[in-house]
Amino acid sequence: MDGMHDLGGKQGFGRIRYALNAKVFHEPWEKRANALYSLAVKLGIFNMDEYRHAIERMEPRHYLTASYYERSLTSLATLCVEKGILTLEELERRAQGSFPLATPSAAGRTNVAAREHFKPGDKVRVRSDYVPGHVRMPGYIRGKTGVVVGVSPAYPFPDAHAHGVEAADEPTFDVRFRTEDLWPNSADPALVHVGVFQSYLERVSG
Amino acid sequence: MPDQPNIRRTVASVQQRTDAIQAAFEERGLKPGEFIEEFEHLAEEKWIPENGARVVAKAWTDPAFKQRLLANGRQAVTEMGLAMPPHHRHLVVLENTASLQNVICCTLCSCTAFTIIGLPPDWYKELEYRSRVVRQSRTVLKEMGLDLPSEVEIRVWDTTADTRYMVLPERPAHTAGWSEEQLAAIVTKDAMIGVARL
Repeated sequence: MDGMHDLGGKQGFGRIRYALNAKVFHEPWEKRANALYSLAVKLGIFNMDEYRHAIERMEPRHYLTASYYERSLTSLATLCVEKGILTLEELERRAQGSFPLATPSAAGRTNVAAREHFKPGDKVRVRSDYVPGHVRMPGYIRGKTGVVVGVSPAYPFPDAHAHGVEAADEPTFDVRFRTEDLWPNSADPALVHVGVFQSYLERVSG
Repeated sequence: MPDQPNIRRTVASVQQRTDAIQAAFEERGLKPGEFIEEFEHLAEEKWIPENGARVVAKAWTDPAFKQRLLANGRQAVTEMGLAMPPHHRHLVVLENTASLQNVICCTLCSCTAFTIIGLPPDWYKELEYRSRVVRQSRTVLKEMGLDLPSEVEIRVWDTTADTRYMVLPERPAHTAGWSEEQLAAIVTKDAMIGVARL
């Protein structure tokens, strides 16, 4: 989905809030929220792709104003409710207030039928796919051309894995793009590499 | 007072919401308390940048190890007794040189090789870094205190899959003859993310 989470290349954000030796956690509840979703993953209540997708499904205004760990918490609660582990009524009764959840999930998809294997040096294009469910293709590479520089072992296909859809594991390819191609005349010159699933790619001849 | 569904209730605080889930898990016998303690131990004692710092120092002093590290990062860090979660199936180590600066990020969320370089710092997970570092890398690095000469090429790596990246910083010239321990002590998480040089 083209959600609020897909931030790469979005303009208008200000300076990085950078500090030397910056903290990972700021308040004790943040560690508990992190631990609780890790526990749910460990117990098999949901997987990491479902977890990421439930964050992406947060209503955009909520996403942008929530802290990082509030997003974790929202995903955890949403999935526990959707999977029937907890009910929203119970959570709100216990929390003594409303407990905003993410919006419902759309359909997932399985692997693309004709997948090609690429090797370093191959020229590839990112397919112009518009997917209602989970996808790990950042919008800024859609339709763009780059060069393969690395190949990974096979991973669960996120577009399926986040939705309980059957799919084969597939490798990802580290693809090198030029910022000049991604954002013509509108970016600092650099090379940007993205780990792109096989189903998102097609070969460019020549 | 009976519930009035048409009136919007106040959103519970994040603390109250966390307590609610923890209590619900507790009641279902999922033992969240024990797991939270274990998690805090891992976050504070195990998933720390000192791991990656040891890897970097060894790569600086042992050319054969460095070759193995660049060829198969996951296997090389395992040699040093370090572990990665099962779903991180691949670790790509990116070597910085005088003319090349690698930088890692995750524009979609916050993915990192956290068992090796430590859990990601707050700014890495924030909207500003995630939106801007891919498109304005040189400007962003400069704002963060790393003003690179124009001849240094920048390569950004967006962690969009479960492959993990870590930057192998350039060894500072003044460290000739230092021991592995001394070297490890100067390697920071930020240098392994690639937003700082040593």
